[in-house]
Order: sequence, then C-alpha cells, then structure tokens
Amino acid sequence: MQRLISKYIRPFYSRMAFGFLVKFTGTIMDLFLPWILAYMIDNIIPQGEWKKIIEWGFVMLLCSMVAAIGTTIANRMASKVATDVTEIVRHDLFEKIMYLSNKETDFWTKPSLISRLTTDTYNVHQAVSRLQRMGVRSPILLLGGLMMTLSLDPVLAGVLFCIMPVLAVIMVFVSKKSIPMYLEMQGAIDKFVRLVREDISGIRVIKALSKTKYESERFAKINEEVVERDRKAGMVMAITDPSMNVLLNVGLVCVVIVGAYRVNAGTSEVGKILAFLTYFTIILNAMLSISKMFVIISKAVASSNRIMDVLESEDEKGLKDELEAWEKEGNGAQNNGAQNNRTQETALEFRHVTFSYHGTEPNLQDISFAVKKGETLGIIGQTGSGKSTIANLFMRFYDAGEGQVLVNGKDVRKMNPGTLREKFGVVFQNDTIFENTIFENVRLGRDLTEEQIQEALLYARAKEFVENKGSQVQEQLDIKGANLSGGQKQRVLIARALAAHPEFLILDDSSSALDYKTDAALRKEIREHFKGTTTVIIAQRISSIMHADHILVLEDGRQIGYGTHEELMKTCELYREISESQMGEG
Amino acid sequence: MARDKDKRTFEKPKDRRGTILRLGAYMMHYKWLLLGAMLLNLAGNLLALVGPMLSGYAVDAIELGKGKVDFDRVFYYAGLMIIFYVVSSLLSYGLRVLMLVISRKVVYQMRKDVFDRLLALPVGYFDTHQTGDILSRISYDIDTVNTSLSSDLIQMLTTIVTVVGAFGMMIVVSPRLVFVFCITVPLSVCVTKFITGKTRPLYRLRSRKLGEMNGFVEEMITGQKTLKAYHQEKNTIDTFDVKNKEAVDAYYWAEYWSVAGPMVNFVNNLSLTLISVFGALLYLAGQMTVGNISSFVLYSRKFSGPINEMANIINELQSALAAAERVFRTIDEPMEPEDAPDAKVLHDAQGSVDLENVSFGYEPEHIILHNLNLKVEPGKTIAIVGPTGAGKTTLINLLMRFYDVNSGEIRVDGQEIRSLTRDSLRLAYSMVLQDTWLFTGSIYDNLAYGKEGATREEVEAAAKAAHIHSFIKRLPKGYDTILSDEGTNVSKGQKQLLTIARAMLLDSRMLILDEATSNVDTRTEIQIQKAMLRLMEGKTCFVIAHRLSTIRHADWILVVNHGEVVEQGTHASLMSQDGFYRQLYQAQFE
Repeated sequence: MQRLISKYIRPFYSRMAFGFLVKFTGTIMDLFLPWILAYMIDNIIPQGEWKKIIEWGFVMLLCSMVAAIGTTIANRMASKVATDVTEIVRHDLFEKIMYLSNKETDFWTKPSLISRLTTDTYNVHQAVSRLQRMGVRSPILLLGGLMMTLSLDPVLAGVLFCIMPVLAVIMVFVSKKSIPMYLEMQGAIDKFVRLVREDISGIRVIKALSKTKYESERFAKINEEVVERDRKAGMVMAITDPSMNVLLNVGLVCVVIVGAYRVNAGTSEVGKILAFLTYFTIILNAMLSISKMFVIISKAVASSNRIMDVLESEDEKGLKDELEAWEKEGNGAQNNGAQNNRTQETALEFRHVTFSYHGTEPNLQDISFAVKKGETLGIIGQTGSGKSTIANLFMRFYDAGEGQVLVNGKDVRKMNPGTLREKFGVVFQNDTIFENTIFENVRLGRDLTEEQIQEALLYARAKEFVENKGSQVQEQLDIKGANLSGGQKQRVLIARALAAHPEFLILDDSSSALDYKTDAALRKEIREHFKGTTTVIIAQRISSIMHADHILVLEDGRQIGYGTHEELMKTCELYREISESQMGEG
Repeated sequence: MARDKDKRTFEKPKDRRGTILRLGAYMMHYKWLLLGAMLLNLAGNLLALVGPMLSGYAVDAIELGKGKVDFDRVFYYAGLMIIFYVVSSLLSYGLRVLMLVISRKVVYQMRKDVFDRLLALPVGYFDTHQTGDILSRISYDIDTVNTSLSSDLIQMLTTIVTVVGAFGMMIVVSPRLVFVFCITVPLSVCVTKFITGKTRPLYRLRSRKLGEMNGFVEEMITGQKTLKAYHQEKNTIDTFDVKNKEAVDAYYWAEYWSVAGPMVNFVNNLSLTLISVFGALLYLAGQMTVGNISSFVLYSRKFSGPINEMANIINELQSALAAAERVFRTIDEPMEPEDAPDAKVLHDAQGSVDLENVSFGYEPEHIILHNLNLKVEPGKTIAIVGPTGAGKTTLINLLMRFYDVNSGEIRVDGQEIRSLTRDSLRLAYSMVLQDTWLFTGSIYDNLAYGKEGATREEVEAAAKAAHIHSFIKRLPKGYDTILSDEGTNVSKGQKQLLTIARAMLLDSRMLILDEATSNVDTRTEIQIQKAMLRLMEGKTCFVIAHRLSTIRHADWILVVNHGEVVEQGTHASLMSQDGFYRQLYQAQFE
C-alpha cells in the first residue's frame, strides 16, 4: 500500500488536503446540532423567549446546510482524486503488462494479470474514493462526539467509554470466528463450481453411462455442504447487529440512570442527557463505519500490493530502451553490415542452442539447424518436445541459455525485439482471435490495404467462407472467434500471418483443424505465392511437413533426426513410426 | 458480507408477477417457519419502538430537577427499557436465524432443481450455451436471490414496521409536532427521487463501461504474445487508454451525483432543527414535556432513515427478481422427452443395428439426413469419414438417442429404440470420445465409473488391456492418484487411454469410437491405436475414422459432407466411384 501511495497518491496530497478541510468543516457542523439542542433546552427555554428559540433554530438550519454542502463538495473532490489516481495506475499497469517479457508473463500467469488489472484496480479505486469520504468523517464524528460528550458532562461520558471496549470485543470475536468459516465456505463453493463445470463438459459421457442419478446425488452432497457452511457462518455474523443494539440501548439506559443521580445532585441538566442520547447514536455509527473501513483497507492493501508487484518487475521496455541506446552508439550499424554478407547463406539458424524455461531441466538441448532464404523447415515431435520453443526463441520471446539463435546471420540478442518481430508472420498454437471484424483481425493494427487483406484471405483459403458471411470481411467475430469453426479460425489466423508478406512465416500447429485437402491446398498457395518467404511449419501430422526442405524431429528437447522425409524414413526410427501410424502401414 | 452496491445493475425482471409467484411457491414449502419469522419481526420491532417512549418518561422523571428526581420512576422505566431492548434483540437474532434457515432451504432446493434439470436436458443445450453462463446462474444468480431473501426481506419488513410504528408513536407523543414531517417527508421523497433518477442511468453506464474495459483487458492479455509478435503494444495501449478514461469518467459522474448520503443527513438535521424549535415553542406553551421532546427526537431518527433505505432495497429486490427469472428460465428448458410408458429394458444386446428410412434435422425445417438405410450385423465395423465440421457426430447422436429421428426407424436387435428405456439403450454401447472427460477423483473411481461395483481385478485388467496399467503403477499413489484439472500429472494421450480403459470395463457389444487424437504425442498415439483395436474386437463398431488403416479395414464406410451422408460403400467400391471419398483420400497423399 505504501508503495502505491508514495508513487501515485502523493502528487494529489494538496488536493486531498483541501478536500479534507472542506469535509472537516461539514462534519463538525453535524456535531454542533445536538449540542445546540441541549443548550436550548437547558438555557434558552427557561428564559421563555420564543424569539431566541427561533434565532437558534436558524443557527441549526445554517449548520445543517453547511454540513450538506461541505460534504457534497468534499465527496466530489474525493471522487475526482480517486478517478485520476486510478486512471494513471491502470494505464501504467496495462503498459507494463503489454511490455512484460514472456518469462514474466509465465511467472505471473495471465489470469492473475487480468484480475490484477480488473478487480484489483477496481478495489483500489473504490478504496481511494471511500477512504477519503469515510476516513475523515468517521474519526471526526467519533473523536468529536467523544469530546463533545466530555465537555458536556465527563461523568456521563465515562459511561460511554465503558461500553466501547465491550463493543470492540464483540466485533473482534465475530470477525475472528466468522472469517475462517467464510474461507471454508469459499472452499466448498469452489468444489461445487468444479462439479457443475465438470458435469457440463462431460454430459455426453454421463448420459451414455446413465449416471445422471449418481451425479445428482454427488451434487446434492456438495450443495448440502455449501448451504450448511453458509448457514453456520451467517448465524455467527447475525450476532453483530442485535448485540450492538443491546449494548447501545443498555448504554442509553445507563446514561439515563447515572444522569438521574447527577441531575438530582444538581451537577447535570436534563438537556444534556438528551444531547447524550443523540451523540451516542452518532458515535456508534462512526464506530461501525470505522470497522467497515478496516475491511476496505485490508482489501485495498492486498490489491495495491498485487498491482505494485507487477509494476515493479522487470520488463522488455527497459530492455528495448537499452537496445536503442546501444544501437545509437554505432554498434548496431556495424552489425547490420555484417548481416548483409550472410543473408544468402542462412535465413534462420540455430547453433547449439540450449534453453530452459525454468532454469532447471532444459527444454531444448543442443539444437542446430540452418535454413536458407525461401526454404521450408518442418518440425515434428511429441507435445512438450520443444517445438514451439523454437518459434519463441526466433522471435525473442525468450533468450537462449547457451548457443546462438541467428536471423539473417545476426544474433537475435543484438536486435531490437520490435524490428525483429516485424519480419515475422506467425500463427501460434491456440492463437487469439479478437472480438472484432474479420478485416481487423487480419489487419491487426498494421498499415495494410484492403487488397492485401483480401489477398491474404484468398491465399489462406478463407475467402470462400468469409464471402458466405453476411457482412463478408466486415463480419463481427465473437470473443475467441466463438462463431467460427476450428478450421475457419485457423484460416483467419493464417491470413493474418500472410497479410504483410513477411520475410519469415511461422505456423505453429496452425492447420490441425483443417482437413487434409484444405491443408494441402494451403501449403500449395504458400509455395507458389510466397517464394521469398522462409517458412517454419510446426505440426503433429506428417502430411503437413513431409514436403519441407528440412525436417527436424524432436524428442524431449533433443534433436533426434534432421533431414528430408526420405532420409528420415531411413534413419529416424521415431519418424518412421509416426509416419506409419498416421499414413497407414503403407 | 457487505454487498457491493456499486456493481449492482439496475435490472428489471420481465415478468415480475410470475417470478414473484414462483419464488413465493418455493417459500411456501416453509410457510409455518415464514409465519413465525413474520411474528418475530413484528414483535421485535414493536418492542424496540416502546424504548424511546420509556426513555421519555424517565427523562420526565429526571426533569423535576435538583433533589427532586423521582428515582422510583427512573428505575422503573430504566428496568423496563432493558427488558424490552434485550427481548427485542433476542427476537431479532431469532428472526435472522430463522430467515437464514428458510433462505438456505430455498437455495438448496433451487440449486438442486437447476442441476437436475441440467442433467435432464438434451445434450445439444450444452453446445449452444456457454458453461460460464450456466455456472453463473447456478451460483451467482441463486446467491443473489439468497441474499435478497435472507436480508432484504427482513429489512423491508423491519422498515415498514418501524416507519408505521414510529409514526404512530410520534402521534401519541405529540400530534402537533408530527406536522414537522409534512415538510421533511415530501422533501426527502423528492430528493431521493431526483437522485435516483439522475444516478440510475449513470450507474448503468458505469457498469457497462467497466465491463467493456475488463473485456478488453482480458482479450488483450490473452492475446499478448500475438500482439507482441505483430508489434502492436503501442496501439493497444492507446486503445486501452480510451477505454480506461471512459470507465473512470463513468465512475466519476456516477459518484458525482450520488449525493444521497449528505442529503439524507441534511433532511435528518432539518427534522432535528424543526423538532427542536417547535418542540421548544410547544414546551413554552405548556403543550409538551422535555421527555416528550426527547422521545420525539429518538423516534424521528428511526423514522427518516429507513424511508431512504427503501429505494435501495427495492432496487436490490428488482435485481434479485431478475436473477430468479433467469434461474427459472433454466429450470423451464424443455427436457429430453420421457421414456415411453411401456418402454422395455434392453438386455444383452447382440449388436445388430438397422436404420430404415431415417430422416433427421437438428431443426425440423432443415433436414440433413434423408432416408438413410443401413443394416449392420453384429461385429461389423462402420467407418464414418468426412472433413472437419461435416457433421460426423450426427449419426452417433441418433444411435445414442441424444436426439430422436424425425421419421423412419432405428432398431437394435430388431427393437425400435424409442420403445426402449434410454438408460438401457445407452448402456448397451461403450463410447470413447475425442474430449477425454474424466472427473476430479481417483483413477480407480474414474475407470469404474460406468460399472458400479467393479472389482479391483476387473479394473486392472481393463487398464492392462488399454496399455495404461504400467503407467498408473508408476504413479506414486497408483490407482488412488487423484486426477484434477490443476494437476497436469496425466497427459492428454494418457487421459485418452484411461477413457479407453473405462470403456473396456463395460463389456458391451456395441462401440462408438472417435479416433481423432490431435495434440497427442506420437508414442502415446501408437499405444492408443493398439488399445482401440483391442477394444473393437468382437464388437459392432461405429468409428469416426481418421486413420486410413481403420477406414480401409472397415466393413462399410459412410462419407459425410456438409452434415449429409453423401456416399456409402466399401473402400473399394467408393474408390472406383471417383466421388468425394476418392478426392478426400487422395488429398491425404498429395
């Protein structure tokens, strides 16, 4: 929390201080009212002058108005501050996340980043706004109320002070008791949600095996547990209000009794008792808000820590700035020159690359290959054998541990990630379709013409189904492309990769949902229209890569075969096995 | 516990009356408890209302002044106050507990009804409805109803009793001073109306803008790698800034006009001022005692607060009703039709399947199977082939009676399947699907899922036949290993083998198999193929085929395209036809 305050809230201190002052004035007015009432009853009424009564009435009205206006203005100022703070925090966080390296993204995980940017910033917004509102008012009401009662009658105030600790004890007791109960309930709810989710996804199996009754009973048990835990926790929580009420009213009775003695002894007046009864309510309400504030604060602290953790982590932007500085010094130019000489030799190359995501077991071990401009590299292997990692290393989403990754003969670590990536057109495994039109999905913010997009859709064999859509390329796609079939999604993604006629094309498992026929036609289009493009195809299906110029066979991150289809059929046992199982035993 | 008022959307139910009646019907199961709750509420609140009156009397006893305080009366009223307040609080706790019990019972029943209905729905429902949406109905929506029943309802009753009671008490104390409320009540109604009228659209806008921003964030972070690959960081941040600005501005303007707090406070203070002034004047005129003023002030506090709360409560009840309506809509989804009353149980199916003139369409106006005829003898293999998304699962849906034919007949062992119970028909098939569904539980439980009371030996034998036994043995806890979504201890291919083992255990004579195994590593894939072949032995098989060897060795091939069966025959006859099948086959070896 402190980190967030010092970075984002400090600049607003002066505005906040002014707001506090306005709020303070408004709140103090609230406290005057019962005091004036007591004064009227004890001092004005005995004088019997109705004019004075009306005068004081106007004073009370004035106080009420100042209170209302002051509080409203202060609240609005507080909202503005909260809004400005949130806008900046969110911007910084989003920018940070956009520039996070993949390693960092893996570390935080995407769902966690999303909830930090949505739920946590929302919590902070709410907290900053509410704490400014209540944070001033409640303590002032509490302290001011106590001071007022003290000044009215210290002995009667003593009664109040006796009640408050009891109240605090009850509040602590209830929250101590109920928080673990709610945690347990949350656990039960998780189980409950998991069961429903599971059963929905397995509904065919459940029906096929006639297990609906069994599932219904399983659900009943968890349902029972959730309800039962919820009820128990609720019963503890329900203690708070009635017991507060009892205490409040017992306190009032005590004030009346002690007041009676004091009045009898001539040390107090009846109007004061009346004022006390009102202050009592004010003070108790203030205590209630303060206890609510603690809940808000603890939530906000947790949220702001989650935000700051991300904000203070290392990102690629820093790396990028570093690189730009480095290139300015002239090192970059030298290297560019060196690159040109080698373009003809290799376009994409791995030299003894070893890499590990977590720094423990290597995900790639001693991989070497070289592909010339315009050639095609096919990569095949089991899931988890390191196929996609190769794509990640080329595009510098990660950096190789040992060995060198070369693009156009130049070490990628010496290239600006932005300019490096612009050379690539890529479809990742399970790549993203955005909730936008087909056109925008292919264009993806780049400077591309309508013709280029249409051409790309044609080459990706997507034109036919796109033209069958009501609004053609302007057809709106749902989140994750839910209104497209798997094969259609893949073709839109491929069109995206092809649209800018990239120097390098990486297709990672991007035709798995296409039937053999479409897959073959697609490869033909690429062969014919992208002659200068160096292509990497990562696949599970032999048919997708068997015609490649080079085929790399991976197993557990090791290179167990490299060559053409014919060569590998002779030399690589795994390759032959895969081929036979997929193509029939021939 | 504190409900997040800011996220509340001001939804309105479409059929309010119907929803209230149905909700009422749920609660009516507990009508005696409900009646008890009403009585408790009434008694508790009325007792609490007597309090200020008593304190007024006590103040009057004190007011006599120095040395003249009537202690007997003070103690008498103080004693009464304590009794009244304690009893009232006990009643109020009792009421809360009672409402908790009732509302939890209602919630339990509603969840059960929704879930049981889900299980009885045709499978097609789940293809067209988002899981997240269904989940939010069974958890979030029912929760909203729950909170509303257990707290809003109490609060509403309390408010009504308190307001009416406090008003009555004030009339008893001083009918003249009540005229103060002729000023403040209309004022507070007007202010509340104005504020809600102003803020309601703003709050709606605010949740919409926030939702849009959150949606954007989720999408962009999910696609972060892609955006980086296409160097779109800057553009995306710029778009985000716009959405962010809209979201925080909407938040600001909603808060700018939500001035209810200070305004209510002002009206309260105004009441206090007016009561003080007029009370003092009435006192001078000898029409009131100080005690009267005291009780009146306390009652007036009870009176004005709740009126304002009402607006909030009504909004909450509205959204609860809207939630209840969504829940009821799920409960009202049409079920799979019941089994025929004279449906027979299918025993020991031999596995002959006949389709005669079968026509079917998911929508009656769009028929995709036209007069399909097919005669399958026990032990034969039927391969269903076609491009992705061509509708290969349609036939399977009909065989398993996930859907019923529009016309024509399907017979198993000569019996029309609609004359059989669904359970017995479905159990006559084993099924291995592409999505390898396993539930959170031990491997043993998962394998024995289809056959109650399977022995350990039977389960292990099935696992051995499916080539997964040795893998299971190598796991630290063997067959007792818990499978879960988080634990990635089992790969997709191994999951497939587990579902094959589950099917092995069933011993049925008919099999439905989906061969597609994309994203499975190659070694496992070979094992899967072996296991599938073993599973197919001696069974009537319907295979959604992807492997050429399966297709070639099939006894009969159905070729499907655009949802329709376009060709059928043996491999040899189809190849000689030079039709769609031949094209498909050749494409693979191009």
